Amino acid sequence: MENANYQKELLNQAGLEMMSLCISQLGKATEAYLNNDADLAEEVIYTESHVNALDISIEKNCERYLALYTPVAKDLRFVMAILKINIDLERIGDHAYGISKYVVDDEDPTPAHLIEALQFEKMHATIQDMFDDIMDAFENENVKSARKVFKKDKILDAINMEAFSIIETEIKKDIQVIGKALQLSSIIKKYERVGDLIKNIAEEIIFYKKAELLKHKGKKK
Amino acid sequence: MEVSIEKDIIMTSENTEKNESVNVQKAKISVKNTKVWYGDFEAIKGISMEIQPNSVTAFIGPSGCGKSTFLRLFNRMNDYVDGFSMEGKIKIDGANIYKKKVHVEELRKEVGMVFQKPNPFPKSIYENVAYGLKIQGITDKKVIDVRVEKALKQADLWEEVKNDLKKSALALSGGQQQRLCIARTLAVEPSIILMDEPTSALDPISTAKIEDLIFGLKEKYTIIIVTHNMQQASRISDYTAFFYLGELVEYNKTKSIFTKPEKKRTENYITGRFG
Repeated sequence: MENANYQKELLNQAGLEMMSLCISQLGKATEAYLNNDADLAEEVIYTESHVNALDISIEKNCERYLALYTPVAKDLRFVMAILKINIDLERIGDHAYGISKYVVDDEDPTPAHLIEALQFEKMHATIQDMFDDIMDAFENENVKSARKVFKKDKILDAINMEAFSIIETEIKKDIQVIGKALQLSSIIKKYERVGDLIKNIAEEIIFYKKAELLKHKGKKK
Repeated sequence: MEVSIEKDIIMTSENTEKNESVNVQKAKISVKNTKVWYGDFEAIKGISMEIQPNSVTAFIGPSGCGKSTFLRLFNRMNDYVDGFSMEGKIKIDGANIYKKKVHVEELRKEVGMVFQKPNPFPKSIYENVAYGLKIQGITDKKVIDVRVEKALKQADLWEEVKNDLKKSALALSGGQQQRLCIARTLAVEPSIILMDEPTSALDPISTAKIEDLIFGLKEKYTIIIVTHNMQQASRISDYTAFFYLGELVEYNKTKSIFTKPEKKRTENYITGRFG
C-alpha cells in the first residue's frame, strides 16, 4: 500500500506542476500581449513543448496507476480527476500558445483604448483570481475554493457577451482598428474558454473530494 | 448493528442514484439481530440484513471478521462447531431455518455450498454429480443422467468431460474440480448457493470461468460469495456487505460500495488502507 500511496503522491505532484506551468504560461502570454513583448511570447511558445511532454507523462502515469493498482472509491476518483484536469490544463496551455503567436506574428501593439473598452484587464484579473482558487482547491483539497470559480466565471461570460457590440462601435469610430479589434476579440474568446476550463477543473476537484457530479447540472452552489 | 438492505438501497437512491429506479424484491434470506458465539467469544454481534433473490451478494472483510461464520449460518454448517451458539432469527423464504422441526438435510437441498478448496469425492465425475440425487432417493437412471448432464452444462464443464464421465474426478484440474463441485451443488437444484472463497485456490483463467458461471447462475439462484478479492467482489456481485470485528459495517449496492462508500472504515478497507 505504501507503494500505491507513493505513486498517487507522484501523480498529485505532477498534476500540481502541470497546473503551475499552465497558469504561468497564460500569465506570461497575457503579459507579452499587453506589453507587446515578443521575447516573452517566444518563451511561452518554446515552453509549450514542456507542457505537452508533461501532459503525456501524466496520462501515461495515470494509465500505469490504473493498471497496476486498480484503485477504487476515492483513489479511483482521484486518478479520474487527474486525467481530466490534465486535459483541461493542456488546453489552457494551448490558449497561452495561441495568444503568444499573435504577439510574435504581429509587431504592432494593440491600442490602449481598445484594451480598456473591452475590459481586457478586468478579464485578466478575474482569470488570475480563479487560478488562485483552483490552485488552492487542488493543493489543499479545498472544495470551498473550488466552488468560488463558478460565480467568477460569470464575469468572464458577461465581458465576452458585451465584446461584440463594443468592437462594432470601436470599428465604426475608427476603421483602422479593425484588425486589432478582431484579434482582441479572439483573445477574449480564448479567455472565456479558459474560464470554462477552470470551471471544469473545479468540478473535477469537487468530484474527487465529494463524489458529487456537477457536470451539466447548471447550478453550482 | 442493524443494516437493512432496503433502507440502504433507498438511502442510495436518495443520496447518490437519484435517477435510478429502485426495485427491492421480497428478501430471499432475512436475518434479524443475529448473534453467534464460539464458547464465550462473540463472533457475530447482532447483525440484521436481507439478501435479495436472484442476485449475487458478496461478503468482504478482513480475516476473522465473521463473514464465513455468517455465511455458514444459512445452511447450518456451524451447528457442528464446538462451542457454537446463536440467537436471533434467520428466515429463508419466510421460514425460520433454526426451528427445531427443520431437517438440516432438507435445508441443504435448498442451500448448496461450494468451498475454498475443490473437494470432489474420490469417485468418477458422473458419480460426484449424481451423489446428491441418489441421497435424495432418486433411482431412475434416465432421470439421473438428465440431471447430471444439465448440472455439468450449467457449470460449464460438460464439453470438457462428456466423453470421460467415468474418469476419476481427482484427475481433473483444480479449476475443473471446482466447476464439478458447483455442478454437484446444482444437481440437487437448490435455490441458494453459498460460496466460501471459491476461486482463491485457482489460476486466473479458471477464476474467470467461475466468475462467468456465477454471473450466469444468478438468473435462477441466489448466490452469496465470501471473497478476499476486492476486484472479484466488484466484478461479479450486485450487493456487497462489509464485515468488521463481527459487525456489519456497510451493506449496499456494489457499485455504491466501490465508488462512494458511506463509511470511512469501508473506504479504508476497499482501498487497501487497513485489514
